Amino acid sequence: MTDGSAPITRADVEHVARLARLALTDAEVERLTADLAAVLDHAADVAALDLDGVPPTAHPLPLRNVLRDDAVRPSLDRDEVLAAAPVAEDGRFRVPRILDPS
Amino acid sequence: MSAATEIAAAVRAGRRTARDVLEEHLARIDARESEVHAFNLVLADEARAAADAVDALVASGADPGPLAGVPVALKDNLCTRGVPTTCSSRILAGWRPPYDATVVQRVVAAGGVVAGKTNLDEFAMGSSTENSAFGPTRNPRDVSRVPGGSSGGSAAAVAAGFAPLALGSDTGGSIRQPAALCGTVGVKPTYGAVSRYGLVAFASSLDQIGPFAGSVADAALLLDVIAGPDPLDSTSSPRVPAALGPGLRDGVAGLRVGLIDELVDAEGVEPEVRDAVSRAAAALEAAGATVERVSVPSVVYGLSAYYLIAPAEASSNLARYDGVRYGLRVDGDDVATMNARTRDVGFGPEVKRRIMLGTYALSAGYYDAYYGKAQRVRTLITRDFARAYERFDALLSPTSPTVAFPLGAKADNPLAMYLSDVCTIPTNLAGHAAASVPFGTGRDGLPVGVQVLVDAEQEPTMFRVMQALEERAS
Repeated sequence: MTDGSAPITRADVEHVARLARLALTDAEVERLTADLAAVLDHAADVAALDLDGVPPTAHPLPLRNVLRDDAVRPSLDRDEVLAAAPVAEDGRFRVPRILDPS
Repeated sequence: MSAATEIAAAVRAGRRTARDVLEEHLARIDARESEVHAFNLVLADEARAAADAVDALVASGADPGPLAGVPVALKDNLCTRGVPTTCSSRILAGWRPPYDATVVQRVVAAGGVVAGKTNLDEFAMGSSTENSAFGPTRNPRDVSRVPGGSSGGSAAAVAAGFAPLALGSDTGGSIRQPAALCGTVGVKPTYGAVSRYGLVAFASSLDQIGPFAGSVADAALLLDVIAGPDPLDSTSSPRVPAALGPGLRDGVAGLRVGLIDELVDAEGVEPEVRDAVSRAAAALEAAGATVERVSVPSVVYGLSAYYLIAPAEASSNLARYDGVRYGLRVDGDDVATMNARTRDVGFGPEVKRRIMLGTYALSAGYYDAYYGKAQRVRTLITRDFARAYERFDALLSPTSPTVAFPLGAKADNPLAMYLSDVCTIPTNLAGHAAASVPFGTGRDGLPVGVQVLVDAEQEPTMFRVMQALEERAS
């Protein structure tokens, strides 16, 4: 399957949706299976290229380790930031429980 | 017509007030915005206050700066402090950022007047501005047609005369393609030339902010204001760019211009568009440039590589919309359920498609076949351009294969929509600069844009070519 030639399945789409944290409806899964297959089919020309020995480009600028001076400077106002949160409490973001209470 | 340059000169000299200029533009917005829908938000009151402040500076004898009193429209993926910034997505509806983007700060510091936030394809993903959660923008030249995208609102705002200048962002053509379809100038600067601090990220190795304008001189005016290093963006280039204004009219005599075979003959290029590019090449020859055909073979893989790389980066960037720190939250019993429900309700179909595609391309077992290969293709494209730029100072191609298409024409076929960007994508993959200049008309009398491409940091040459084309466009 690693050569990218196998067609994408409904199960693949459901798996990827879990990875991407998307609660898709059945209709969305069906539509996306077809859409992704079409795009991946178009990308088959790239997947089929022999590119051994060609280094990858992750980024167009040859910048490395851009550091700033370790100096105190103003940062965002906490109240202003928390005012944009869906739920905030005691100066923090409030979220549903993360650990199972049992 | 260099509207912005003339406005700034008149306001600085005290011949016109910024307030008068603004009211004229607000009146045009009142007259046509209901049919065009260029804006998500018109900031009339805030703009009046800003214009009055510019006038007060002039009255006190101070110089407000090179954009004095010029209304500027901002794509709604540029953060504006205390002013809603939506990315045309339900997931950010109502969000008010706690800071301004660097480009916004620079526009305001130069005396510019922010007129409003313009519509876009949700999170800048699209080529028609139909993927907006708040409804499509229409092309002011023909409102039955799309303005292009994703910066369709900014292109339409300039084309409709709502603002002489606008800012957009370009990840695979999102400034140049709508500029072409609306008949305006649109520039994608070299990667790193303009700070992206405060630009909502889509694909971080490709995104770049740039100007829309009614003329080449006006585009240079705005780019000169926004370009340059920014300590708040670690990917901004440390080089201070040369000012574009002074050499704009130096002409093209002696310049070597290459016509890119693979893009002139790309899939779906309309004959009228191909013809416009030929006429542009002839016009440059008449102005003293030499023009030859050139092959940049690997650009034919650009579209495929882009639609693996950009979604992969997007899937990572958009992980931050999790219902915790800003924007929409749809409740769930635990965090994972809350995240997933929020994202399903908050994102539109194209954004989900890209997140899914990108997550798939990065997932175990497929990484090498898709994302890894695409990154290697990116190297090939950069090498091919480097070879071309050994022989040429600038390259020429169509901007968009077609003129503006009717609303809905490609809405159900993602791949057909993606092909709109076939000529613009290679520049983003290489990190170079390119721009679209209106050059005549094509099918149904609609505007055609010609793309001028240059090597990284060669904007001064690009603007000379653009200016020469503008002077010879009929």
